[in-house]
Amino acid sequence: MSRHLSSRRDFLKVVGAAGLATGPLAGCAVSPSRSGPKVVIVGGGYGGATAAKYLDLWSGGTLDITLVEAQANFVSCPLSNLVLGGSKQIADLTVSYDGLRNRGIKILADTAQGVDPVRQTVRISNQVDLPYDRLILSPGVDILSDEVPGLGTAQAQSRILHAWKAGPQTVALRRQLEAMPDGGVYAITIPRAPYRCPPGPYERACQVAWYFKRSKPRSKVLILDANEDVTSKKGLFMKAWNEDYKGIVEYRPNHQLTAVDAATLTAKFEFSPDVKADVLNVIPPQRAGAIAAQAGVITANNRWCEVDFRSFESLKVPKVHVLGDSILLAPLMPKSGHMANQHGKVAAAAILNALAGQTPNPTPIINNTCYSYITDKDVVHVCSVHRYDADKKTFLTVQGSGGVSMAASALEGEYAFAWARNIWADALT
Amino acid sequence: MRMHLLVASLVAATTPLAGAQNPDPNFARNIAAACANCHGTNGVSKGGIPSLAGQSKSELVRKMQDYKSGRTPATIMPQLAKGYSDQEIDRMAGWFAAQKP
Repeated sequence: MSRHLSSRRDFLKVVGAAGLATGPLAGCAVSPSRSGPKVVIVGGGYGGATAAKYLDLWSGGTLDITLVEAQANFVSCPLSNLVLGGSKQIADLTVSYDGLRNRGIKILADTAQGVDPVRQTVRISNQVDLPYDRLILSPGVDILSDEVPGLGTAQAQSRILHAWKAGPQTVALRRQLEAMPDGGVYAITIPRAPYRCPPGPYERACQVAWYFKRSKPRSKVLILDANEDVTSKKGLFMKAWNEDYKGIVEYRPNHQLTAVDAATLTAKFEFSPDVKADVLNVIPPQRAGAIAAQAGVITANNRWCEVDFRSFESLKVPKVHVLGDSILLAPLMPKSGHMANQHGKVAAAAILNALAGQTPNPTPIINNTCYSYITDKDVVHVCSVHRYDADKKTFLTVQGSGGVSMAASALEGEYAFAWARNIWADALT
Repeated sequence: MRMHLLVASLVAATTPLAGAQNPDPNFARNIAAACANCHGTNGVSKGGIPSLAGQSKSELVRKMQDYKSGRTPATIMPQLAKGYSDQEIDRMAGWFAAQKP
């Protein structure tokens, strides 16, 4: 209690009486323990969890924070390709939300159904409306299986998996790979960019190939990419496919998927012959999660949300901030968990500024670091630094910064797992 | 040599994005937060990547500058260090030095 009292005093010092006067009064809140301004966060992935943690940390535990997340635990997409390779289990990538709960953040195991930006409420199930002073949407992507002819039914989707959200699909795809006879073909189709995690499909090809090389050496990995070339870490992946996985992996660019036949596990393409596989893994096109559409914050190509990068506030709906894979990113900024974590911190700082009547940092600087596993131990990275440009109103990659690994190494493998442990703790404790 | 340093600091001071001119009261904290993904919240690492909290400011500045200049070869840090101005490195180092290890 004394912690709350003293930290609340600190918060008052920061925000000033005027800032709080417009906030809700104690007693009206869902939880009686915190009477500070209310922030509701939808989505407990890398973006939403980080925003929740940093809003709490930087407000000294005074904000009334609610995180709406349907899943009982956080499951990391980064590293989930290792489950397909067989060197990690889903349990290794699963983190409880207890760390956030212990901070006093409310976790609601629920799904946001809609947003009323005038009343400033979020509707959850059972017709309950959560009031907010600021709302953060970090819903990730929706997988548009219906956009692939032949993949619209539940039955087709149970045979042709995407496994592009870590969890049951990842485990099910691993089972398909285990059940596949030696000499079979695993085919993965990649949608046109932008999609979640640009190097992810190529890393996945490496992990499946690593498994085949050791356990089913006569099997093949076929990468069928709608893009005209490898979209990330090209040289490093090509080297792996031409050397480590020579004779196993084949890369085919310009393969725009037009339909699938779930009965025969056949993929059809715009300009190329059909491909019949033993395990067919289709990564469909994606868009911002459904709640973004319901909130009216999707503004680009009917897919993504445009935001002010100084605060990640929607360009369309005031007091609604959007993070992570849902947003229309600046050039050369990937849809990655690491980026979503950085979005969460910029948004948290800007929201605290706004609640205190301050101007947010006019030139935020964020970075990206992304590791890909070539084997179970050897890893490559890509990294970059992005600085907000006030004239262009976007993040620009800092000239001369960033780059990729010289070569895959076990040292970077150690860093990659240390990255995971640290970012999970940074977001979730 | 002294003249050279003076010129260098003048150049840094006229960089439009230099940290000292940023009106954000939490500027150092906010840019340092970008390091926490790998180095841990407030620079306290969970292991495998060095902690930054409580290290001497001058040592942190020297390490970053050695990465930035290429004097210290490494995997990621030379590429990231090149993204930050001298003043930003100074402010981040000061912030991490002041954190409890």
